[in-house]
Amino acid sequence: MNQATAPALDADRVRRNDLDAAAARQRCLRYRRRILDISQQVGALHVAPAFSCTEIVDLIYHDLMRWQDAGQSPESPDVFLMSKGHGCMVQYVILEEMGVLSREDIDLYCKPGGRLGAHPDFGVPGIAASTGSLGHGMGIATGMALAERLQKRDGKVYLVLSDGECQEGSTWEAAMMAANLKLDNLIAFVDMNDFSGLERMSEAHPSFHPLAEKFAAFGWETAQVPGHSADAIFAAVGDRKGGAPFVAVCETVKGKGVSYMEHVPIWHYRAPSPEEYRQALDELVEISE
Amino acid sequence: MRNRFADVFYELGQVDPRLCLVVADISPAGSIAKFRTEFPDRFVNTGVAEQVMIGMCAGLSQRGLRPFAYTIATFTLYRPFEFVRDDLCYQNLPVTIVGIGGGVTYSTLGGTHHAQEDIAIATAVPNLSVIAPCDPSEVEAATRWCAEQTRGPVYLRLGKAGEPELTADAPEPWQFGKLRPITRGTDVCILTYGPIAKLAADIAERFRELGQSVSLISAHTLKPLDEDGIVAALKSHQRVVVIEETAPTGSLGHRVKQLAWDSQATCSIDTFCLEDEFIHHYGNHQQLLAAHGLEQGLIADRLGLG
Repeated sequence: MNQATAPALDADRVRRNDLDAAAARQRCLRYRRRILDISQQVGALHVAPAFSCTEIVDLIYHDLMRWQDAGQSPESPDVFLMSKGHGCMVQYVILEEMGVLSREDIDLYCKPGGRLGAHPDFGVPGIAASTGSLGHGMGIATGMALAERLQKRDGKVYLVLSDGECQEGSTWEAAMMAANLKLDNLIAFVDMNDFSGLERMSEAHPSFHPLAEKFAAFGWETAQVPGHSADAIFAAVGDRKGGAPFVAVCETVKGKGVSYMEHVPIWHYRAPSPEEYRQALDELVEISE
Repeated sequence: MRNRFADVFYELGQVDPRLCLVVADISPAGSIAKFRTEFPDRFVNTGVAEQVMIGMCAGLSQRGLRPFAYTIATFTLYRPFEFVRDDLCYQNLPVTIVGIGGGVTYSTLGGTHHAQEDIAIATAVPNLSVIAPCDPSEVEAATRWCAEQTRGPVYLRLGKAGEPELTADAPEPWQFGKLRPITRGTDVCILTYGPIAKLAADIAERFRELGQSVSLISAHTLKPLDEDGIVAALKSHQRVVVIEETAPTGSLGHRVKQLAWDSQATCSIDTFCLEDEFIHHYGNHQQLLAAHGLEQGLIADRLGLG
């Protein structure tokens, strides 16, 4: 197993302007291109759901989370939990770049002999929980955040949710408990790309909105931010007051960065053809926030 | 059983700061109330919310603690089933989920509170150990084991209250995964587990009154099942009887018959369990068991002990 240790960042120092946004943008372009490479090897992957949370996950790994032993052991100072397990491609390629996963791991993605599947599995380096079935991450993260308090540690739990899984009742059971317990070491991000697997959330489920207000009504500290702006997300996390769990509702675009994927539900599941792949690479030279 | 669990958990919790109890709106019985008072941080009530009870246990475990989830068996296992399966079993975390009132213990509360298929459901899930002690002493031994073990998740199926001690004179101590003789004999072997072991003990006595030598065995660990022990019992007795409080499908009785076929056993086998039916019958626990055919006279008749 590869061992990797990230710079031991003190999350409390998170403030505006501490972030190298240009470097983050370049990384996120690189990650998207790498995911597209993989899409040409195996069709079983979720490209668009990974592209909507790329900036969020990159920010967590590079600028928020303090971690060791791939962030997996109880000794790691902080934890990152990818509740929207179907977005794990971005996690895999980040872990590859950090040396936690190997090139061979990625080459064997969803293949016999490999250890990476279309949903992340606990036990794989860097993977904090087996997710994929939606609505599980909030409960596990709540338990993890409480464990930090009970053991008198200052660990933080970073959690990425899809907007679709905020339809699961279990997400709200746990959100209520996290607020009851005043777990201000739980920092959640909702990748609000406005699409579940089937359709546009705001059209099919208009009562789902407004979302941040629902979290606020459950006792959470909230912010709503443009979800492809590392600056904006970073600032929102840095500005939180504490005393309650925090959620940044991130307005994102499913398939962000590739014109034919953006807002098109089929790309929840589909892998691009060779021609589509080349077009996508041509487009992924710069990205708007 | 419930009170013994509470006493032991309280005792263990005083010395092991990793132990936490996560309940879902169930009143803390006996010493659990003391645990709650003395260690309020390690007692979490999620309210009427069982999915988060299980999910939180997973997270607590993954960050170094030893949580027990605790509520009525239907709400420990059925309501949050996918969380038990994915969060605890798929991730193979050493979390104990305690189900109070397995079988039809909560007789008057109706079918919504009867965990009559719990053994089948729990034993079907990979990694999940299933333990159903037969008396308070076995509850104590099992609870101590659960608090220390690292092999994975456990469904600890308890009765409620008032179960008699049956194993005080048992020749061997409780051991996870092993059949435990309560008495040893040579003619008839009765396999049982859980609170209905008292009824099995009464049936054993009926056999003895007829001059039969009886092995009464607590099959407290339903998974992993002591298959070698069962095959040995099938080979060393002429008659094997299984008495249990669970639905037929996935029952110990079915497993014993399967093992008998596989091992070419020649003994006779009689199995007694709940009916595969929601029986709309109210009364105390014994009366509901009787409605399912689990009553001393009815069993004795079927065994020809009249």
